[in-house]
Amino acid sequence: MTELGLRVAITLTQISVIVGIVIITVLLLTLAERKVLGWMQDRMGPMEVGPYGSLQPFADAIKLFFKEDIVPAGANKFLFTAAPLLALIPAFIGFAVIPWGPDLTWEFGGLSIKPFVISDINIGILYILAFASLGAYGIILGGWASNSKYSLLGGLRSAAQIISYELNVGLSIVGVLILSGSLSLVHITNAQAGGFWNWNAFTFPAPQIFALVVYVISTVAETNRVPFDLPEAESELVAGFFTEYSGLRFAFFYLAEYANMVLVSCVASAMFLGGWNAPYPGTLLSLIGLPSLAWIENTMWFAFKTYSFLFLFFWLRATLPRLRYDQLMRFGWKVLLPIALANIVVTSIAVFIAQQLK
Amino acid sequence: MAYVFFGYFAGVIALTAVLVVALRNPVYSALSLLVMFFHVAGLYVTLHAEFLFAVQLMVYAGAILIFYLFAVMFLTEKTPDRYHIQSRGSLLIGGAIIVEIAVLAGQHGVSFGSTVERTASSSPSEAGNTEAIGQLLYTSYLFPFEVASLILLVAMIGSIVLSKKDLSESPPS
Repeated sequence: MTELGLRVAITLTQISVIVGIVIITVLLLTLAERKVLGWMQDRMGPMEVGPYGSLQPFADAIKLFFKEDIVPAGANKFLFTAAPLLALIPAFIGFAVIPWGPDLTWEFGGLSIKPFVISDINIGILYILAFASLGAYGIILGGWASNSKYSLLGGLRSAAQIISYELNVGLSIVGVLILSGSLSLVHITNAQAGGFWNWNAFTFPAPQIFALVVYVISTVAETNRVPFDLPEAESELVAGFFTEYSGLRFAFFYLAEYANMVLVSCVASAMFLGGWNAPYPGTLLSLIGLPSLAWIENTMWFAFKTYSFLFLFFWLRATLPRLRYDQLMRFGWKVLLPIALANIVVTSIAVFIAQQLK
Repeated sequence: MAYVFFGYFAGVIALTAVLVVALRNPVYSALSLLVMFFHVAGLYVTLHAEFLFAVQLMVYAGAILIFYLFAVMFLTEKTPDRYHIQSRGSLLIGGAIIVEIAVLAGQHGVSFGSTVERTASSSPSEAGNTEAIGQLLYTSYLFPFEVASLILLVAMIGSIVLSKKDLSESPPS
């Protein structure tokens, strides 16, 4: 029983560390987004709070925390409260299967633990997709429970959008699954070791670079970001599904959106860009005689790749105008879906031929 | 331990399944259906069928039920009563089904526990659940699989034909 207790304690520690890292990342992102947008538009961004505005996220958090909590008249109180939680939980739960660092096993009190992944389950990526598809409930129910036509329209738009683009996310991943022959993210990243030419985006015999493009575009749509932010299009719908939300509940939706961004960036770097693997074989720290510290280099590479994807999100927001709704649907179904399907066919044929030649 | 989990999942499934038809508010009905799907997925996990767990959540909870909610949200809360009118005939059918369940349960004896153990022991969890399903699906059950996909294709075309009413009227361009 003590063994069980120890394992529970270790897992809880891992969970709290990762949730902490994600929340800190989200705080950083709220600042980084405004700073990056500011620089791209040739202005300063937030400058008032702290040196160069670096304490702005904390000011925002405190402000949201102490805001009056308003429930609109005629709103369904139960669902109005439940919706932000329903949006937040699926966003955080996916981090359980993300490998943050090398696939090490540490002995601790007679137990072998994997320090850089909470749970290496054999359906890893399917688990993330399953819970990502549930994130739509928070948005739809939030829109419905607010008793406001703008919220309802925002919720409905988001439902249609998320379902359409979820399909493309799933199909763009299939090529990677064919190449690596596993659903576990740990296996997939391990198989990409030894230089960037082994990463799934560039690997022989079927580079998944088109799949990566489809994946990134679809996840931008799935996280309701510009240019696919129709559920919260301010010129048409005020603020979409969270028009009526304020204070802490609004903060939860905000947190969920950014945590989703972090999650899809982590998945993108783990699936397509080798995860924690450096773009050269091995690690520099083990070359200079510190192999026990190589995990630092690996986790830094993972962070670098993830942050690059997050930067791409900001970049898109600064660059592209919002799509019209029919353009959004046509783009998803008539452009991205055929590309993803063609990628699956080409990848399976290429992998089959490569296996026959071997 | 396995019995505790099974009891919990089965109890919640039964309760929420009743709530789906018993609740007056259609949105609440859809939500209890969501809770039910979750617990059915949980049952799959206790049977080491992780692949089915993910598919259950993705297909039923993530796609189908969202479309239900989509439709249900357009029904206002004030006028749900005409969706709750039931004919007398349904009582007859319901009674017949209950009698049938009772007869079946009497024939086989109530032996849920043994069924659980039998399926759990025969599940190929060591080789990887997903691989096992893939192997079976594309070798032994290839023909039923293809027939099912053909049926789904027909359903897809059918729904397009039904929803696009001007399809036949529009001149060929």
